[in-house]
Amino acid sequence: MALLSKKDTKLITDPLADNNPITIQVLGICSALAITAQLKASIVMALSVMAVLAIGNVVISLMRNIIPSKIRIIVQLVVVAALVIIVDQVLKAFSYELSKTLSVFVGLIITNCIIMGRFEAFALANGPWRSFLDGIGNAAGYGLILVIVGFFRELLGSGTLLGFKVLGDPIEKTGLYAIGYENNGFMLLSPMALIVVGIIIWVQRSRNEALVEDH
Amino acid sequence: MEYIELFFKSIFIDNMVFATFLGMCSYLAVSKKVSTAVGLGAAVVFVMLITVPLNWLLDQYILQPGALKWLGAEYADYDLSFLSFILFIATIATMVQLVEIIVEKFSPSLYNSLGIFLPLIAVNCAILGGSLFMQSREIPTLGLATVYGVGSGIGWFLAILAIAAIREKIRYSNVPPALRGLGITFIITGLMAIGFMSFGGMLTGGDDEGAKEEQTATVETPEAENVKELANNTKEIN
Repeated sequence: MALLSKKDTKLITDPLADNNPITIQVLGICSALAITAQLKASIVMALSVMAVLAIGNVVISLMRNIIPSKIRIIVQLVVVAALVIIVDQVLKAFSYELSKTLSVFVGLIITNCIIMGRFEAFALANGPWRSFLDGIGNAAGYGLILVIVGFFRELLGSGTLLGFKVLGDPIEKTGLYAIGYENNGFMLLSPMALIVVGIIIWVQRSRNEALVEDH
Repeated sequence: MEYIELFFKSIFIDNMVFATFLGMCSYLAVSKKVSTAVGLGAAVVFVMLITVPLNWLLDQYILQPGALKWLGAEYADYDLSFLSFILFIATIATMVQLVEIIVEKFSPSLYNSLGIFLPLIAVNCAILGGSLFMQSREIPTLGLATVYGVGSGIGWFLAILAIAAIREKIRYSNVPPALRGLGITFIITGLMAIGFMSFGGMLTGGDDEGAKEEQTATVETPEAENVKELANNTKEIN
């Protein structure tokens, strides 16, 4: 690929696994847990965060030489808040049902620490193109966890994926339900999201010893 | 009575950490020691106490559809509610800056131990979440908004205190290596959240059957509906 040098590709692939924002950097967890009961909501949330993070990173990177360091937090918050308002209005206009499902969590993208974290750690020190790639990469790493959690919670909790009944019909007893399978309603409850993420962390760290922490 | 009800409801039933997962980042990152957890918890309670009523006033007199009536009849159809994110976050950022100055002046040691996490209160979703829930549940009076703010703050304080105490003890346990640190903290938080769900029936213990059924329904629906249901509940109480 001529467009992306090796270093640039790393910006995108690193956050997907060994430097994942959620499981390694411990950032942006609130929204990751709260909206993952349905796969569709998880995907929309991941895309919204990607838009805000990539554009915000570029904006901050373009302004990095003129922002006084004392008030940079406020400047960053204003940039994020403006972008989130746009995302929120777009969602309300084109997919009202979904924006109702996400409720206050769209607004909470403002306080998603991944965004502040990337502004502080990357966009303030790098050029716009690299910041853009960094934004895409980190949002993709975040989205990956969201989609995994959303997938398992929706599949085991309501037997559907994106609304399609993949395991059969629970009322007419077709598919898996015919042999006595029951939906695990527990997966839809919020605590299970925490436990699923805990298990993802467990799997990830047992595959890569270097990530293990000592308490 | 409704004040007490809302107070306990916001601490136990709608606990910021265990029911809505807000403020998880700092909750996970600053809960290694009880002493720092207490400092951060107190700061969060203080910021919540001030920002939720302030944002209630902003919402009531500037943002709501028709809120600008006090300026004159021709402003009555203005709806500025799309500006609420930016105004709320500005209030919060200002208050956090103030807390930072106060803490630095009166307790430099606490200031140093909290480090980067003090300014990060500004991006603690529990605080913005408190204001947004206040708005979406349509809390009717300034007094109730204050009670809601303090209650949610105390709920968050309680959660971080509990997890910090557990993490101090778990250092002596034999946890599988890959699960150490973050992993086990997630799982413990999940178990604690399951425990906190049982508070759902607390307020309706002696009340009529109908309210009881609704309460259980609230606990058992997925979050999105949960939020909606809770909003309805709050409205009914008032």
